[in-house]
Amino acid sequence: MRPTCNWPLTASFDVPRLAGCRAVVSAGAGGPLSCGSVEVAMRRLINQRPGRAAALALGLLPFVLVALAYLSGSHMRLRDNPADKLLPSPAAMVDAVERLAEPSKRSGQRLLWVDTAASLTRLALGVGLAAALGLVVGVAIGVVPHVRATLGHFLIVLSMIPPLAILPILFIVFGLGEVSKVMLIVIGVAPFIMRDLAARVAELPRELMIKAQTLGASTWQIVTRVVLPQLGPRLLHSVRLMLGPAWLFLIAAEAIAATEGLGYRIFLVRRYLSMEVILPYVAWITLLAFLLDWLLQQWARRAFPWAEAVR
Amino acid sequence: MKCFEARNLWKEYGEQVVLERVNLTLTDNEFVTIVGASGCGKTTFLKMLMGDEAPTRGELLLDGQVLATEPGPDRGVVFQRYSVFPHLTALENVMLGLELRQAPLTGRLFGADRAQVRERARQGLAEVGLLAAQDKYPAQLSGGMQQRLAIAQAVIMRPRILLLDEPFGALDPGIRKDMHALILNLWRAGDMGVFMITHDLHEGFELGTRLLVFDKVRDDPQAPDAYGATITFDIPLQHRSVAAVDVVQARLHAVSAPV
Repeated sequence: MRPTCNWPLTASFDVPRLAGCRAVVSAGAGGPLSCGSVEVAMRRLINQRPGRAAALALGLLPFVLVALAYLSGSHMRLRDNPADKLLPSPAAMVDAVERLAEPSKRSGQRLLWVDTAASLTRLALGVGLAAALGLVVGVAIGVVPHVRATLGHFLIVLSMIPPLAILPILFIVFGLGEVSKVMLIVIGVAPFIMRDLAARVAELPRELMIKAQTLGASTWQIVTRVVLPQLGPRLLHSVRLMLGPAWLFLIAAEAIAATEGLGYRIFLVRRYLSMEVILPYVAWITLLAFLLDWLLQQWARRAFPWAEAVR
Repeated sequence: MKCFEARNLWKEYGEQVVLERVNLTLTDNEFVTIVGASGCGKTTFLKMLMGDEAPTRGELLLDGQVLATEPGPDRGVVFQRYSVFPHLTALENVMLGLELRQAPLTGRLFGADRAQVRERARQGLAEVGLLAAQDKYPAQLSGGMQQRLAIAQAVIMRPRILLLDEPFGALDPGIRKDMHALILNLWRAGDMGVFMITHDLHEGFELGTRLLVFDKVRDDPQAPDAYGATITFDIPLQHRSVAAVDVVQARLHAVSAPV
């Protein structure tokens, strides 16, 4: 038995049984036939894994690089022109955030928190409604062939409508208040959740459906005890994926018509080129999105232990 | 009295004839094993038994009644895979059928009813030797344990016929022997007939009281789909009576530890 090794020069060596490739190389490297190409023994790139510390360092690297690039860029621009507004210094951003987090002189409101509460409320309402609708319609399409025949194609067409294109219609129909902003999120997100869940129901093994029927399950019982519980993890996953688009729709709607909200603020201060507000707001939105995603992931893990077992 | 009958059963998909002239009469709760080459219609036959497919012609009768063309609690099934619900623990899997029967609206039982069903399900699990694993999810069980669970789940509903589609096909030979002893025990204890598809001819001979071989009797090379398969051999096996199974069981126990 000869170990498999892509090094023909060692093929004639007397290799001990069960010796690995590495042993072959070390025996050959000092031998008369050595060509010194120890790097042949380097494992393939796909098999080289960083250790824990290295992985942490590598993970932090891009963040540090971006921060450094920003700081040096900001420093250089401010050195040339102290009034520069494009790349404000960290101190200026901290000032701006503190100003927004304190009660404002004009209205007495803590704008950062007012904006955050308004945006998160809209997002939660929109995504929550979309998830509920998505679950009901998705399951109905997935489980009942007549509903699938009726709504299947319609839903595909519906989901192709660019939601932002019908934002004006929403403003006309629902006014400029909260409803139109929430509806934009619902219209943008729900069709995809519906389609995703319907597809996921169709993917449930046919065997399980037959088994449930041989246990005497009615359609309703199949939905409530077999289909819905198995869709739980998928629904949360689907919602996590759609959070990105949901933020997009939220900020777009707030940019156009709102009196508070994270998106509203960013577009408002754009008029004054207030990068010291815009940049922290973008970072804050990113952090919120990240936390929401993380919370949903934790929720899925706690609520559906069996799904972890399947994986 | 006839307890099961297939009367001139045909199954066609468009031009393709899968099964033709299938006739079978069972007067007792037999253990029928079905063998045949792949694509010879044995799975189609089983699908018609379970109500997943409707016969194109002919009819299936169980205790004199035409078999419903959708699956129901008179038939229990165990497939080779995907026979148990991944989101329920072993115990919940066995409880499910009982709960569904008693709670049409919620499909869930509470309080004393639940405790009663739970106790029955625990007995069912004990019969297949899975009591220790009652709180595990199927994904945490081995292949053999999952099949035991699937069998317990089906048998607790006391079906008239139990349909097994290569239930042990994916299991190790040693575990198979245990499963054979288990399924024979359950068949003997319950008032039910068994239809079992197998790839393993030895398994078919060893377990069955009756062995069916599906094959094509007519074949037109110009039109391979024109003729379907039918039952070409219907072999009553010598240990056809329930009592004689004890003999087989004794043999099984000799080669493997008792269940």
